[in-house]
Amino acid sequence: MSTTAPRTHFFSTGLRRALSSRIAATLAYPHGVDRYVEHFAPTFSLNEVRAVVTAIRYQTDDSVTMTLRPNGNWQGFRAGQYVRLTVEINGVRRTRCYSPANSVHATDGLIELTAKAHAGGFVSKHLQQDLQVGTTVGLSQAEGSFALPETRPSRVLLISGGSGITPVMAMLRTLCDEGHAGQITFLHYSNAAKDQIYAAELAEIAAKHSNVQLLRGYVEADQGGELSGLFGRAHLNDAVPDYAEAQTFLCGPPGMMKAVQQLWADEGIAGRLHLEHFSAAPVVIDSANAEGEVRFTRSERLAKNNGGSLLDQAEAAGLKPESGCRMGICHACTCRKTAGRVRDTRTGEISDAGESDIQICISVPVGTVTLDL
Amino acid sequence: MTAITKNTFSSLTPAQFAAIGNEFDAIRNRMRADLGERDAKYIRTMIKRQRQFEVAGRVMMMIPPVWPAGVAALSVSKILDNMEIGHNVMHGQYDWMGDPSLNSKNFEWDSADTSKNWKITHNYEHHTYTNVLNKDHDIGYGLLRMSTDQKWEPRFLANLPLTVLLHTFFQHFVAVQNLKLEEVMIYKTKTPAQLKEEFKPVWKKMRKQLAKDYVLFPLLAGPMAPMVFAGNVLANLARNVWACAVIFNGHFPEDVEQFPESVIENETRGQWYVRQLLGSANFSGGKLMHIMSGNLSFQIEHHLFPDIPAHRYAEIAPEVRAICDKHGLPYKTGSFASQTLSTWKRIAKLSLPSGKSGKVSPRMANEKAATPMALAA
Repeated sequence: MSTTAPRTHFFSTGLRRALSSRIAATLAYPHGVDRYVEHFAPTFSLNEVRAVVTAIRYQTDDSVTMTLRPNGNWQGFRAGQYVRLTVEINGVRRTRCYSPANSVHATDGLIELTAKAHAGGFVSKHLQQDLQVGTTVGLSQAEGSFALPETRPSRVLLISGGSGITPVMAMLRTLCDEGHAGQITFLHYSNAAKDQIYAAELAEIAAKHSNVQLLRGYVEADQGGELSGLFGRAHLNDAVPDYAEAQTFLCGPPGMMKAVQQLWADEGIAGRLHLEHFSAAPVVIDSANAEGEVRFTRSERLAKNNGGSLLDQAEAAGLKPESGCRMGICHACTCRKTAGRVRDTRTGEISDAGESDIQICISVPVGTVTLDL
Repeated sequence: MTAITKNTFSSLTPAQFAAIGNEFDAIRNRMRADLGERDAKYIRTMIKRQRQFEVAGRVMMMIPPVWPAGVAALSVSKILDNMEIGHNVMHGQYDWMGDPSLNSKNFEWDSADTSKNWKITHNYEHHTYTNVLNKDHDIGYGLLRMSTDQKWEPRFLANLPLTVLLHTFFQHFVAVQNLKLEEVMIYKTKTPAQLKEEFKPVWKKMRKQLAKDYVLFPLLAGPMAPMVFAGNVLANLARNVWACAVIFNGHFPEDVEQFPESVIENETRGQWYVRQLLGSANFSGGKLMHIMSGNLSFQIEHHLFPDIPAHRYAEIAPEVRAICDKHGLPYKTGSFASQTLSTWKRIAKLSLPSGKSGKVSPRMANEKAATPMALAA
């Protein structure tokens, strides 16, 4: 083992160097080296982050916890950040954001993601029901400014609700691995004890680390938590009287986030509140009325949705996107939609709200749409 | 195909056009809704086979006893890359998958032509304005005389040798198609400086292709360099001739119609469909023939549904034919061999002056029109 490991390493870095050379690029032109090697090694890529699912476990009836082994392009993350996970479902790639829940100090190089399968969650349901060990998935590098600061605050308050627990779980695990000396309060809300993810591990951490205070709030009665009911001032006053001194990290469902934000704003301590939205407000689909706005991110333009095709609206906004037939044949106008729903004028079909490529000449925005244009 | 043709483009009523439009739309919508795993698997398997043929071909070419097999494998690889993979992926047939490597925006093929230029002349000009004079650049194509509507000039005596040349250097002809050389050489509507600017990206692509096939791979082969060089010449030639032949045959049957520019003013979806239908023709063959021709053997289905994955055309074809029968419209098809023969006969005939007047008189249906659709697919 001690002799083969460096040799393997030498071989793989040598091979990697050869594959990323200009000669290899010319030989593999125009498809690129990745497009050849991936047929032998699906997770290999010269630049992209890809990962293989190495383990799957189910903490609760409606969740799935995946362990991923990323390829060498993964640059790690800061506790609290998220990644964009791409999986293929019935031939279509779908991308969703998930926050790694593991400690940034984990030495196994693995990433742990937990998804809750909610009723309308097409991707989370797939992950929960159909994902198999051995599947190759796509990943982005870690993104987002919601993260533990490099200089760790001494007093930390972590507030989460439902599956919003994952980024703050990464923070808690990271701080514990670092032997953080300051007081950490972990305030988590869920509907019932049976729905709570990371329940056993939280109890274990709290038992092991005297500076970790665990507060569990359950909406349903008789769940055995330290708190009951929804978030409110009373909870803080009773259990976390020094909350104003803490750096607070918050991630949870919209209602809860709003309540916490309001309270922090009222107290004039909003500067000590750091937050991450993990679910967008539900989109009201009303194709009869043009609502919302069209956001062109690359050209930094904004237009009020006038109900016309995105191509017309882009041109009206002074942009000159590539276009051709203007009737959905030639795909010259295909453009990346990064958020929002659109209606196909030919079929009336309404897209999902995630990232996808659309033909803007036959797409009409349904509510606010963001285009990479 | 000997169906009794009862209707023409001009005899159809607006209601009939609308009905035809709805029926084709229904097929299209059903197909789009059904796209999924099967199509993803199909194109990925095809790409995997192409990569295997390519790697095997390039390796075998360096080993003298299996050199011929290497040439054959690389030829197959280049044909698959251009026809069943490149042409179809760049049509946006697999855009719905959201896979950047199978996206019409990103895909680049193993050909001298840049995907960007090709998508303009092919996806936009040719597929939108199929067989519309002056709009479909394939019809205005000036190198060969492909129709009696084209005025005869002495230079068309070279029709046959030029056709041979076109087959031989097909990828390079396609590569310069979008530069519209005739605008510089004949009509003087473009300056040589403009042409030079437009040629830059094309030359960049050509250079990379040439460097790969004719410098790097031969160098890698050491003493086998000349054989690898020769093998690559042959593989490119095989692809050129085959692709050109498929395209000529798919667009050259006698009864393919062409249309005046006026038809596209306020053209309805139904009229667009009928124009695509009357402007295309299929050829028959087995499964291998369909794959190697990129399913352009189903030219009619391809023109009706250019962004539906081509491997599905075979299953759509009976329905398209039924719609044609129902509305008394022709569905044109023939064997590959007979199409090839008739193509070459026509090119030979048109190299000589014909009795007809040289005036371009765009015809509607019913009349026989030889349509110069070179370089189209």
